[in-house]
Amino acid sequence: MSANPSLLAPAALTTEEVDLRRLDRDIYGPMEAFPTYRWWAAILLTGGLAGIFVVCLAVTVLRGIGTWGNNVPVGWGWAIVNFVFWVGIGHAGTLISAILFLFRQRWRTGIARFAEAMTIFAVICAMQFPLIHTGRPWLAMFWLIPYPNDMGVYQNFRSPLEWDVFAVSTYGLVSLMFWYTGLIPDLATARDRAGHWFRKFVYGILSLGWRGSNRAWSHYEKAYLLFAGLSTPLVLSVHSIVSFDFAVSVIPGWHTTIFPPYFVAGAIFSGFAMVATLIIIMRKMFRLQHLITDNHLELMNKIIIATSMMVGYSYAMEFFTAWYSGVAYERYVFLNRALGPYAWAYWTMAICNVLVPQLLWFKKIRRTALLMYPIVILVNVGMWFERFVIVVTSLHRDFLPTSWDYFRPSLIDIGLFVGSWGIFLTLLLLFCRFLPTIAATEVKVVVAESHGSHGGQHG
Amino acid sequence: MAEPSAKTVGLVGLYDDPATLQRAAARVREAGYTKWDCHTPYPVHGLDRAMGLKASPVPAVALTAGFFGLLAAIVLTGGLSAIHYPIRIGGKPLFSWPAFVPIYFELFVLFAALAIMGSIIVFCRLGRWHSPLHDSGIMKEITGARFAIVLEAADERFSEQDARALLEETGCHDIRPLVQHEEKDDAII
Repeated sequence: MSANPSLLAPAALTTEEVDLRRLDRDIYGPMEAFPTYRWWAAILLTGGLAGIFVVCLAVTVLRGIGTWGNNVPVGWGWAIVNFVFWVGIGHAGTLISAILFLFRQRWRTGIARFAEAMTIFAVICAMQFPLIHTGRPWLAMFWLIPYPNDMGVYQNFRSPLEWDVFAVSTYGLVSLMFWYTGLIPDLATARDRAGHWFRKFVYGILSLGWRGSNRAWSHYEKAYLLFAGLSTPLVLSVHSIVSFDFAVSVIPGWHTTIFPPYFVAGAIFSGFAMVATLIIIMRKMFRLQHLITDNHLELMNKIIIATSMMVGYSYAMEFFTAWYSGVAYERYVFLNRALGPYAWAYWTMAICNVLVPQLLWFKKIRRTALLMYPIVILVNVGMWFERFVIVVTSLHRDFLPTSWDYFRPSLIDIGLFVGSWGIFLTLLLLFCRFLPTIAATEVKVVVAESHGSHGGQHG
Repeated sequence: MAEPSAKTVGLVGLYDDPATLQRAAARVREAGYTKWDCHTPYPVHGLDRAMGLKASPVPAVALTAGFFGLLAAIVLTGGLSAIHYPIRIGGKPLFSWPAFVPIYFELFVLFAALAIMGSIIVFCRLGRWHSPLHDSGIMKEITGARFAIVLEAADERFSEQDARALLEETGCHDIRPLVQHEEKDDAII
């Protein structure tokens, strides 16, 4: 069987002929011009949303978490739903920057920086919720971090919640360092392009005096490779450990061994949908369609459909396992999910995550930003509902029918979630304004190679 | 303030394409220079070999730090759960190491990653914000997609005529002396 050579040929990463100077102009140009009115309008809107977060946070802190919709069987409400949602969003960034780097996927260079930034902002949003849901966030540090104390009492290291503290904080820190490492050479370019002394000063400080020396590149590339190598198992571990929060408990509907791979696939699925959602707007806003091309969108869509099927398989497998286990409670939880009072949430999830992405089998849809856009939006919705279904439907009808209850979010719950979008999007808009949104140095290597001269292995 | 006296600390040859730079780097190495470097806007594949650079020690540093992290995790979890404040729960062993594996893994990764970040700063000589390359504007040309070889005057083989001749021989058409003001002089480029 001979392979079709055109199938093996790598897809073009740029639609137009770009030389290195044009590349710099296109990538650094938007950072150097005065922000457009569209940017101001956008940040006004997202800043307002972030304001909602602050207001709802103040209410939560002053009046307590009684202002939330949590009730007795549903002790984990929106806070945990939102936490898992945001952590999951981050995973695409690490997948693109680390795993695709190890697999030498050249197309990652166009979207890696943006996706990594998204990872960091998503982790920032995610961390808010477990901190707030402790009720006294200003004390949470003492409860979470093992520090030498007079009482001689320490955290329970056998608890998945404590594993989570280590996993999420390590993930946040490592993502930040990985991202910053990638930024250093690009910040040096921004420094050297700067006209105003203040601009030069700030980018100069941030670029740590980078001089592009090959003795430095030699260490730098090795370090970058190692970061990728460390981040790969790390990203798989983080959502696995998040899933342990559920799987290690004895609650029917949570206590399953499929959770770690199911959560990781779901995280990558939702993360890619979010990258696609935002990068389509970003490339339009800054006119980068020749660097983030329809080929990039198509490749992302292929990953979305692959992970959609994995998630769909997990949904089916959960039902099979519940039936096969013969445990009455397990069987009931899953029947209740699909047919009970939260059936609307379950079917929203199933339709958005499994049925809708099937449209991506059509090449035309994969390659047309306008056609794929509603699909990725629905995937974002569906993945939020997946976490809602897991958290709420497993809890709201517990072992004793007298304590059954229906969970309804309060206004404060909704405000915190909407507000976390405000924080996320505001940070993203600031990032687009002040830092290079495309890993210019990495794209240069790819461009140089396509011109036939020797590029680096970095990319 | 009096005009600070300037001295030549090296010679810079600027190239327009990486292939010529790579051949030139091999020539400079063969000529026996030791204190010299190439400066490029992006990592150029094969330049390490052309310059004869040794393998980077970053992996060894990262691995060592990772094992320190693992050790720290074992001491932290085991020490606190089994020695400092032992509580037996459900008849389980005090040092129940399988339950600590997630923390072992995370601290291994965290320590290794911090060591990598530290190694980048130390080995790449970052955190030095002044250099004659910046003052002379040569750095600006490098990040703007040119390639440079810098021969340092500190090299015992260095003489301006020989160095210039060597760079010319490699096909370099843009050779400039690298000048440093003495008040800033720390003999590092």
